[in-house]
Amino acid sequence: MKSLKASGHQLADSAFQLTVLRQEVVDTLHLPPFAEKLRGAGLFPLVPVAPAILQINVGKMCNQVCKHCHVDAGPDRKEIMTRATMQLCLDALAQTDIATVDLTGGAPEMNPDFRWFVEQIHALGRHVIVRCNLTIIVANKKYHDLPAFFKAHGVEVVSSLPFYNAKTTDRQRGDGVFEDSIRALKMLNAVGYGQPGSGLTLNLVYNPNGAFLPGSQKGLQEQFKRALGKDFGIVFNELFAITNIPVSRYLDFLIESGNYAGYMEKLVAAFNPTAAAGVMCRNTISVSWDGYLYDCDFNQMLELHVASTVQHIRDFDAAALAQRSVVINQHCYGCTAGSGSSCGGTTA
Amino acid sequence: MEKTYYNPADLAKFGNISDWQPEMGRKFFEYYGEVFKEGALTEREKALIALAVAHAVQCPYCIDAYTTDSLQKGADEAQMMEAVHVAAAIKGGALLVHGVQMMNKAKDLSM
Repeated sequence: MKSLKASGHQLADSAFQLTVLRQEVVDTLHLPPFAEKLRGAGLFPLVPVAPAILQINVGKMCNQVCKHCHVDAGPDRKEIMTRATMQLCLDALAQTDIATVDLTGGAPEMNPDFRWFVEQIHALGRHVIVRCNLTIIVANKKYHDLPAFFKAHGVEVVSSLPFYNAKTTDRQRGDGVFEDSIRALKMLNAVGYGQPGSGLTLNLVYNPNGAFLPGSQKGLQEQFKRALGKDFGIVFNELFAITNIPVSRYLDFLIESGNYAGYMEKLVAAFNPTAAAGVMCRNTISVSWDGYLYDCDFNQMLELHVASTVQHIRDFDAAALAQRSVVINQHCYGCTAGSGSSCGGTTA
Repeated sequence: MEKTYYNPADLAKFGNISDWQPEMGRKFFEYYGEVFKEGALTEREKALIALAVAHAVQCPYCIDAYTTDSLQKGADEAQMMEAVHVAAAIKGGALLVHGVQMMNKAKDLSM
Protein backbone atom coordinates (compact mmCIF):
# COMPACT_ATOMS: atom_id res chain seq x y z
CA MET A 1 0.00 0.00 0.00
CA LYS A 2 1.28 3.46 -0.93
CA SER A 3 0.79 6.71 0.94
CA LEU A 4 -1.87 9.10 -0.38
CA LYS A 5 0.95 11.37 -1.47
CA ALA A 6 2.78 8.69 -3.44
CA SER A 7 -0.44 7.60 -5.13
CA GLY A 8 -1.25 11.18 -6.15
CA HIS A 9 -4.49 11.19 -4.15
CA GLN A 10 -6.41 14.44 -3.88
CA LEU A 11 -6.56 14.09 -0.09
CA ALA A 12 -2.76 14.26 0.11
CA ASP A 13 -3.30 17.99 -0.36
CA SER A 14 -4.03 19.60 3.02
CA ALA A 15 -5.90 22.46 1.33
CA PHE A 16 -8.28 19.95 -0.22
CA GLN A 17 -8.77 18.24 3.14
CA LEU A 18 -9.77 21.59 4.58
CA THR A 19 -12.32 22.15 1.85
CA VAL A 20 -13.86 18.78 2.75
CA LEU A 21 -13.88 19.64 6.45
CA ARG A 22 -15.39 23.05 5.74
CA GLN A 23 -18.30 21.23 4.08
CA GLU A 24 -17.51 22.59 0.66
CA VAL A 25 -17.46 19.06 -0.78
CA VAL A 26 -20.17 17.16 1.09
CA ASP A 27 -22.65 20.02 0.85
CA THR A 28 -25.58 18.05 2.26
CA LEU A 29 -23.89 18.13 5.63
CA HIS A 30 -24.58 21.18 7.75
CA LEU A 31 -22.57 21.04 10.92
CA PRO A 32 -22.12 23.94 13.29
CA PRO A 33 -18.68 25.56 13.05
CA PHE A 34 -16.42 24.30 15.84
CA ALA A 35 -15.83 27.90 16.92
CA GLU A 36 -19.56 28.25 17.56
CA LYS A 37 -19.55 25.21 19.85
CA LEU A 38 -16.53 26.54 21.72
CA ARG A 39 -18.22 29.91 22.10
CA GLY A 40 -21.27 28.19 23.56
CA ALA A 41 -19.01 26.52 26.10
CA GLY A 42 -17.30 29.84 26.93
CA LEU A 43 -14.03 28.62 25.46
CA PHE A 44 -13.65 30.81 22.38
CA PRO A 45 -11.05 31.88 21.52
CA LEU A 46 -9.23 28.81 22.74
CA VAL A 47 -6.19 30.02 24.63
CA PRO A 48 -3.13 28.04 25.68
CA VAL A 49 -1.92 27.39 29.21
CA ALA A 50 1.76 27.03 30.13
CA PRO A 51 3.34 24.53 27.71
CA ALA A 52 4.07 21.19 29.36
CA ILE A 53 4.82 19.12 26.28
CA LEU A 54 6.95 19.73 23.20
CA GLN A 55 5.73 17.21 20.67
CA ILE A 56 8.24 16.74 17.89
CA ASN A 57 7.42 14.92 14.69
CA VAL A 58 10.83 13.72 13.53
CA GLY A 59 9.59 12.53 10.17
CA LYS A 60 6.92 10.92 8.07
CA MET A 61 8.95 7.84 7.20
CA CYS A 62 7.44 4.66 8.60
CA ASN A 63 7.73 0.91 8.09
CA GLN A 64 3.93 0.62 8.21
CA VAL A 65 1.11 2.08 6.12
CA CYS A 66 -1.85 2.12 8.51
CA LYS A 67 -5.28 2.78 7.05
CA HIS A 68 -6.17 5.45 9.59
CA CYS A 69 -2.85 7.33 9.66
CA HIS A 70 -3.34 11.09 9.89
CA VAL A 71 0.30 11.65 8.93
CA ASP A 72 -0.03 9.67 5.69
CA ALA A 73 3.22 8.06 6.78
CA GLY A 74 4.93 5.15 5.07
CA PRO A 75 8.15 3.81 3.59
CA ASP A 76 7.70 6.12 0.61
CA ARG A 77 7.71 9.29 2.74
CA LYS A 78 11.19 10.80 2.85
CA GLU A 79 10.50 13.93 4.93
CA ILE A 80 12.59 13.55 8.08
CA MET A 81 14.07 15.98 10.59
CA THR A 82 17.76 16.85 10.21
CA ARG A 83 20.19 16.92 13.12
CA ALA A 84 20.43 20.71 12.64
CA THR A 85 16.68 21.09 13.24
CA MET A 86 16.92 18.74 16.22
CA GLN A 87 19.62 21.03 17.61
CA LEU A 88 17.23 23.98 17.24
CA CYS A 89 14.67 21.99 19.26
CA LEU A 90 17.27 21.35 21.94
CA ASP A 91 18.21 25.04 22.03
CA ALA A 92 14.54 25.95 22.44
CA LEU A 93 14.09 23.35 25.17
CA ALA A 94 17.12 24.61 27.07
CA GLN A 95 15.51 28.04 27.42
CA THR A 96 12.22 26.66 28.79
CA ASP A 97 11.05 24.46 31.62
CA ILE A 98 8.92 22.26 29.35
CA ALA A 99 9.14 18.98 31.21
CA THR A 100 8.17 16.46 28.52
CA VAL A 101 9.30 15.84 24.98
CA ASP A 102 7.00 13.62 22.97
CA LEU A 103 8.65 12.11 19.90
CA THR A 104 6.42 10.96 17.12
CA GLY A 105 6.46 10.27 13.39
CA GLY A 106 6.17 8.13 11.20
CA ALA A 107 8.34 5.68 13.02
CA PRO A 108 10.63 8.09 14.89
CA GLU A 109 13.26 5.38 15.32
CA MET A 110 13.85 5.36 11.54
CA ASN A 111 15.34 8.84 11.70
CA PRO A 112 19.14 8.23 11.62
CA ASP A 113 19.66 10.84 14.36
CA PHE A 114 16.89 9.52 16.59
CA ARG A 115 19.15 7.98 19.25
CA TRP A 116 21.40 11.03 19.38
CA PHE A 117 18.34 13.22 19.83
CA VAL A 118 16.96 11.09 22.68
CA GLU A 119 20.34 11.17 24.43
CA GLN A 120 20.51 14.96 24.16
CA ILE A 121 16.96 15.48 25.46
CA HIS A 122 17.62 13.06 28.31
CA ALA A 123 20.81 14.97 29.13
CA LEU A 124 18.69 18.14 29.46
CA GLY A 125 16.77 16.33 32.19
CA ARG A 126 13.51 16.17 30.29
CA HIS A 127 11.12 13.26 30.24
CA VAL A 128 11.06 11.56 26.84
CA ILE A 129 8.05 9.84 25.34
CA VAL A 130 8.56 7.79 22.18
CA ARG A 131 5.50 6.88 20.13
CA CYS A 132 6.75 3.50 18.98
CA ASN A 133 4.71 1.48 16.49
CA LEU A 134 6.20 -1.74 18.00
CA THR A 135 6.89 -3.49 14.70
CA ILE A 136 9.94 -1.30 14.08
CA ILE A 137 11.65 -3.13 16.95
CA VAL A 138 11.52 -6.41 15.03
CA ALA A 139 11.69 -4.94 11.51
CA ASN A 140 15.46 -5.11 11.30
CA LYS A 141 18.30 -6.42 13.45
CA LYS A 142 19.59 -2.88 13.97
CA TYR A 143 16.43 -2.04 15.92
CA HIS A 144 16.38 -5.13 18.15
CA ASP A 145 18.18 -3.29 20.95
CA LEU A 146 15.65 -0.44 21.08
CA PRO A 147 14.07 -1.75 24.31
CA ALA A 148 17.47 -1.62 26.03
CA PHE A 149 18.14 1.84 24.55
CA PHE A 150 14.77 3.10 25.77
CA LYS A 151 15.46 1.70 29.22
CA ALA A 152 18.90 3.31 29.42
CA HIS A 153 17.36 6.74 28.82
CA GLY A 154 14.23 6.37 30.95
CA VAL A 155 12.03 6.67 27.88
CA GLU A 156 8.28 6.26 28.30
CA VAL A 157 7.10 4.02 25.47
CA VAL A 158 3.66 4.67 24.03
CA SER A 159 2.63 2.09 21.46
CA SER A 160 -0.32 1.70 19.15
CA LEU A 161 -2.16 -1.57 19.40
CA PRO A 162 -5.68 -1.04 18.13
CA PHE A 163 -6.99 -4.39 19.29
CA TYR A 164 -6.13 -7.48 21.27
CA ASN A 165 -6.48 -9.83 18.34
CA ALA A 166 -4.74 -10.24 15.00
CA LYS A 167 -7.75 -9.97 12.73
CA THR A 168 -8.80 -6.48 13.79
CA THR A 169 -5.26 -5.15 14.28
CA ASP A 170 -4.01 -6.36 10.90
CA ARG A 171 -7.04 -4.95 9.10
CA GLN A 172 -6.03 -1.49 10.28
CA ARG A 173 -2.25 -1.72 10.35
CA GLY A 174 -1.34 -4.37 7.78
CA ASP A 175 -0.83 -8.12 7.55
CA GLY A 176 1.37 -9.59 10.25
CA VAL A 177 1.45 -6.41 12.33
CA PHE A 178 -0.26 -8.01 15.33
CA GLU A 179 2.18 -10.92 15.47
CA ASP A 180 5.18 -8.57 15.19
CA SER A 181 3.66 -6.24 17.78
CA ILE A 182 3.31 -9.13 20.23
CA ARG A 183 6.95 -10.09 19.67
CA ALA A 184 8.01 -6.49 20.29
CA LEU A 185 5.85 -6.20 23.42
CA LYS A 186 7.49 -9.35 24.80
CA MET A 187 10.92 -7.80 24.15
CA LEU A 188 9.86 -4.62 25.97
CA ASN A 189 8.46 -6.67 28.87
CA ALA A 190 11.69 -8.68 28.99
CA VAL A 191 13.79 -5.59 29.83
CA GLY A 192 11.22 -4.48 32.42
CA TYR A 193 8.79 -2.28 30.50
CA GLY A 194 5.28 -2.49 31.90
CA GLN A 195 6.45 -4.67 34.80
CA PRO A 196 5.17 -3.58 38.23
CA GLY A 197 7.80 -1.70 40.21
CA SER A 198 10.24 -1.37 37.30
CA GLY A 199 9.60 2.35 36.81
CA LEU A 200 9.62 1.66 33.07
CA THR A 201 6.36 2.82 31.56
CA LEU A 202 4.75 1.06 28.64
CA ASN A 203 1.40 2.51 27.62
CA LEU A 204 -0.72 1.24 24.76
CA VAL A 205 -2.93 3.24 22.43
CA TYR A 206 -6.30 1.97 21.29
CA ASN A 207 -8.12 3.61 18.42
CA PRO A 208 -11.39 2.37 16.95
CA ASN A 209 -11.14 0.17 13.91
CA GLY A 210 -13.81 2.00 11.96
CA ALA A 211 -16.30 4.84 12.02
CA PHE A 212 -17.21 4.78 15.68
CA LEU A 213 -16.03 6.41 18.89
CA PRO A 214 -13.96 4.66 21.53
CA GLY A 215 -15.82 3.27 24.53
CA SER A 216 -14.78 3.67 28.13
CA GLN A 217 -10.99 3.81 28.44
CA LYS A 218 -11.18 1.96 31.74
CA GLY A 219 -13.30 -0.83 30.30
CA LEU A 220 -11.08 -1.21 27.23
CA GLN A 221 -7.97 -1.25 29.41
CA GLU A 222 -9.40 -4.07 31.51
CA GLN A 223 -10.16 -6.11 28.39
CA PHE A 224 -6.74 -5.52 26.85
CA LYS A 225 -5.00 -6.44 30.12
CA ARG A 226 -7.04 -9.59 30.45
CA ALA A 227 -6.66 -10.69 26.83
CA LEU A 228 -2.98 -9.83 26.36
CA GLY A 229 -2.13 -11.31 29.75
CA LYS A 230 -4.03 -14.55 29.19
CA ASP A 231 -3.10 -15.13 25.56
CA PHE A 232 0.50 -13.88 25.51
CA GLY A 233 1.62 -13.15 29.08
CA ILE A 234 2.06 -9.47 28.18
CA VAL A 235 1.84 -6.67 30.76
CA PHE A 236 1.55 -2.93 30.28
CA ASN A 237 0.73 0.14 32.35
CA GLU A 238 -2.16 2.09 30.87
CA LEU A 239 -4.30 2.00 27.77
CA PHE A 240 -5.03 5.34 26.10
CA ALA A 241 -8.29 5.37 24.14
CA ILE A 242 -7.92 7.80 21.25
CA THR A 243 -10.62 9.00 18.87
CA ASN A 244 -9.80 8.86 15.16
CA ILE A 245 -9.59 12.39 13.78
CA PRO A 246 -10.98 13.04 10.28
CA VAL A 247 -7.67 13.90 8.68
CA SER A 248 -5.69 12.33 5.83
CA ARG A 249 -6.12 8.53 5.47
CA TYR A 250 -8.85 8.29 8.08
CA LEU A 251 -10.72 11.04 6.24
CA ASP A 252 -10.21 9.04 3.04
CA PHE A 253 -11.62 5.93 4.74
CA LEU A 254 -14.67 7.87 5.99
CA ILE A 255 -15.43 9.25 2.55
CA GLU A 256 -14.76 6.02 0.65
CA SER A 257 -16.88 3.94 3.04
CA GLY A 258 -19.78 6.39 3.02
CA ASN A 259 -19.34 7.10 6.73
CA TYR A 260 -18.11 10.70 6.59
CA ALA A 261 -21.41 12.49 7.27
CA GLY A 262 -22.51 10.02 9.95
CA TYR A 263 -19.16 10.15 11.74
CA MET A 264 -19.03 13.95 11.76
CA GLU A 265 -22.60 14.11 13.05
CA LYS A 266 -21.63 11.65 15.76
CA LEU A 267 -18.65 13.79 16.80
CA VAL A 268 -20.73 16.97 16.89
CA ALA A 269 -23.53 15.30 18.85
CA ALA A 270 -20.98 14.04 21.38
CA PHE A 271 -19.36 17.48 21.91
CA ASN A 272 -18.38 17.66 25.56
CA PRO A 273 -17.45 21.08 27.04
CA THR A 274 -15.33 19.41 29.74
CA ALA A 275 -13.32 17.59 27.08
CA ALA A 276 -13.03 20.84 25.13
CA ALA A 277 -11.55 22.57 28.16
CA GLY A 278 -8.97 19.80 28.51
CA VAL A 279 -7.72 19.53 24.91
CA MET A 280 -4.00 18.88 24.64
CA CYS A 281 -3.33 21.71 22.19
CA ARG A 282 -3.61 24.06 25.16
CA ASN A 283 -0.46 22.74 26.83
CA THR A 284 1.42 21.36 23.82
CA ILE A 285 3.54 22.84 21.09
CA SER A 286 3.98 20.69 18.03
CA VAL A 287 7.07 20.84 15.84
CA SER A 288 7.17 19.47 12.29
CA TRP A 289 10.09 17.62 10.66
CA ASP A 290 11.18 20.91 9.07
CA GLY A 291 10.94 22.90 12.30
CA TYR A 292 7.64 24.74 11.91
CA LEU A 293 5.32 25.17 14.87
CA TYR A 294 1.72 24.05 15.24
CA ASP A 295 -0.86 23.65 17.99
CA CYS A 296 -1.04 19.88 17.47
CA ASP A 297 0.06 17.07 15.16
CA PHE A 298 -3.30 17.17 13.32
CA ASN A 299 -2.97 20.88 12.59
CA GLN A 300 0.56 20.09 11.45
CA MET A 301 -0.74 17.62 8.86
CA LEU A 302 -3.35 20.14 7.73
CA GLU A 303 -0.60 22.79 7.55
CA LEU A 304 -2.47 25.06 9.95
CA HIS A 305 0.48 26.93 11.45
CA VAL A 306 0.39 28.55 14.91
CA ALA A 307 -1.28 31.96 14.96
CA SER A 308 1.81 33.71 16.27
CA THR A 309 4.65 35.93 15.17
CA VAL A 310 6.80 32.91 16.01
CA GLN A 311 6.51 30.33 13.25
CA HIS A 312 9.69 28.26 13.46
CA ILE A 313 11.56 26.49 16.26
CA ARG A 314 14.67 28.61 15.53
CA ASP A 315 12.70 31.66 16.71
CA PHE A 316 11.14 29.90 19.70
CA ASP A 317 9.81 32.42 22.19
CA ALA A 318 7.59 30.99 24.95
CA ALA A 319 6.26 34.41 25.96
CA ALA A 320 5.23 35.30 22.40
CA LEU A 321 3.64 31.88 21.86
CA ALA A 322 1.67 32.26 25.10
CA GLN A 323 -0.15 35.20 23.51
CA ARG A 324 -1.60 33.13 20.68
CA SER A 325 -5.03 31.58 20.25
CA VAL A 326 -5.18 27.93 19.22
CA VAL A 327 -6.02 27.45 15.53
CA ILE A 328 -9.20 25.42 15.21
CA ASN A 329 -11.20 23.80 12.45
CA GLN A 330 -13.91 21.17 12.05
CA HIS A 331 -11.52 18.25 12.70
CA CYS A 332 -11.22 19.54 16.28
CA TYR A 333 -14.59 17.93 17.04
CA GLY A 334 -12.61 14.67 17.23
CA CYS A 335 -10.80 15.72 20.40
CA THR A 336 -13.90 17.06 22.14
CA ALA A 337 -16.30 14.15 21.61
CA GLY A 338 -17.46 12.01 24.50
CA SER A 339 -14.71 11.52 27.03
CA GLY A 340 -12.34 13.59 24.90
CA SER A 341 -9.19 12.53 23.16
CA SER A 342 -5.52 13.41 23.32
CA CYS A 343 -2.19 11.68 22.80
CA GLY A 344 -2.53 10.67 26.46
CA GLY A 345 -6.03 9.26 26.06
CA THR A 346 -9.27 10.66 27.39
CA THR A 347 -9.44 14.17 28.82
CA ALA A 348 -12.83 14.33 30.56
CA MET B 1 -46.56 8.65 6.24
CA GLU B 2 -43.12 7.57 5.10
CA LYS B 3 -42.67 5.13 2.26
CA THR B 4 -40.98 2.61 4.55
CA TYR B 5 -41.84 1.67 8.10
CA TYR B 6 -38.24 2.01 9.23
CA ASN B 7 -36.03 5.04 8.59
CA PRO B 8 -32.41 4.94 9.88
CA ALA B 9 -32.59 8.68 10.60
CA ASP B 10 -35.33 8.00 13.16
CA LEU B 11 -32.87 6.32 15.51
CA ALA B 12 -31.35 9.71 16.37
CA LYS B 13 -34.86 10.99 17.09
CA PHE B 14 -35.58 8.40 19.76
CA GLY B 15 -35.52 11.13 22.40
CA ASN B 16 -38.43 12.84 20.65
CA ILE B 17 -40.84 10.35 22.25
CA SER B 18 -40.63 12.62 25.30
CA ASP B 19 -42.22 15.47 23.34
CA TRP B 20 -45.70 14.01 23.75
CA GLN B 21 -45.24 12.60 27.23
CA PRO B 22 -42.29 14.37 28.92
CA GLU B 23 -42.56 12.83 32.36
CA MET B 24 -42.77 9.22 31.23
CA GLY B 25 -40.08 9.88 28.61
CA ARG B 26 -37.78 11.40 31.20
CA LYS B 27 -38.29 8.49 33.57
CA PHE B 28 -37.69 5.96 30.80
CA PHE B 29 -34.44 7.54 29.58
CA GLU B 30 -33.19 8.02 33.11
CA TYR B 31 -33.83 4.34 33.78
CA TYR B 32 -32.33 3.38 30.41
CA GLY B 33 -29.15 5.30 31.18
CA GLU B 34 -28.89 3.72 34.60
CA VAL B 35 -29.34 0.21 33.21
CA PHE B 36 -26.41 0.54 30.82
CA LYS B 37 -23.95 1.94 33.36
CA GLU B 38 -21.25 -0.39 34.58
CA GLY B 39 -22.51 -2.33 37.58
CA ALA B 40 -22.33 -6.02 38.43
CA LEU B 41 -21.95 -6.42 34.65
CA THR B 42 -19.47 -4.45 32.57
CA GLU B 43 -20.66 -1.99 29.92
CA ARG B 44 -19.34 -4.37 27.26
CA GLU B 45 -21.30 -7.32 28.66
CA LYS B 46 -24.45 -5.20 28.73
CA ALA B 47 -23.86 -4.07 25.13
CA LEU B 48 -23.58 -7.71 24.05
CA ILE B 49 -26.78 -8.67 25.92
CA ALA B 50 -28.53 -5.73 24.24
CA LEU B 51 -27.19 -6.85 20.87
CA ALA B 52 -28.56 -10.36 21.40
CA VAL B 53 -31.94 -9.02 22.54
CA ALA B 54 -32.00 -6.63 19.58
CA HIS B 55 -31.84 -9.66 17.29
CA ALA B 56 -34.43 -11.56 19.32
CA VAL B 57 -36.89 -8.69 19.07
CA GLN B 58 -35.73 -8.05 15.48
CA CYS B 59 -35.48 -4.32 15.99
CA PRO B 60 -33.34 -2.74 13.24
CA TYR B 61 -32.81 0.42 15.28
CA CYS B 62 -31.50 -1.65 18.18
CA ILE B 63 -29.28 -3.77 15.91
CA ASP B 64 -27.79 -0.57 14.45
CA ALA B 65 -27.30 0.99 17.87
CA TYR B 66 -25.90 -2.06 19.68
CA THR B 67 -23.62 -3.21 16.87
CA THR B 68 -21.99 0.23 17.13
CA ASP B 69 -22.09 0.13 20.91
CA SER B 70 -20.55 -3.36 21.09
CA LEU B 71 -17.69 -2.23 18.82
CA GLN B 72 -17.23 0.92 20.90
CA LYS B 73 -17.09 -1.09 24.09
CA GLY B 74 -14.32 -3.25 22.59
CA ALA B 75 -16.25 -6.42 21.77
CA ASP B 76 -14.73 -8.43 18.95
CA GLU B 77 -16.59 -9.96 16.02
CA ALA B 78 -16.59 -13.47 17.49
CA GLN B 79 -18.14 -12.24 20.74
CA MET B 80 -20.81 -10.34 18.83
CA MET B 81 -21.74 -13.33 16.67
CA GLU B 82 -21.79 -15.61 19.72
CA ALA B 83 -24.22 -13.20 21.36
CA VAL B 84 -26.47 -13.49 18.29
CA HIS B 85 -26.24 -17.29 18.51
CA VAL B 86 -27.29 -17.13 22.16
CA ALA B 87 -30.40 -15.23 21.05
CA ALA B 88 -30.98 -17.73 18.25
CA ALA B 89 -30.58 -20.68 20.61
CA ILE B 90 -33.09 -19.23 23.07
CA LYS B 91 -35.54 -18.33 20.31
CA GLY B 92 -35.15 -21.78 18.74
CA GLY B 93 -35.26 -23.48 22.11
CA ALA B 94 -38.34 -21.54 23.12
CA LEU B 95 -40.04 -22.81 19.98
CA LEU B 96 -38.84 -26.38 20.33
CA VAL B 97 -39.70 -26.74 24.00
CA HIS B 98 -43.31 -26.22 22.95
CA GLY B 99 -42.84 -29.53 21.17
CA VAL B 100 -43.30 -31.12 24.58
CA GLN B 101 -46.69 -29.43 24.84
CA MET B 102 -47.49 -30.78 21.38
CA MET B 103 -46.38 -34.25 22.45
CA ASN B 104 -48.46 -34.09 25.65
CA LYS B 105 -51.55 -33.02 23.72
CA ALA B 106 -51.01 -35.68 21.08
CA LYS B 107 -50.64 -38.31 23.78
CA ASP B 108 -53.85 -37.10 25.49
CA LEU B 109 -55.72 -37.39 22.24
CA SER B 110 -54.32 -40.70 21.15
CA MET B 111 -55.26 -44.25 22.04
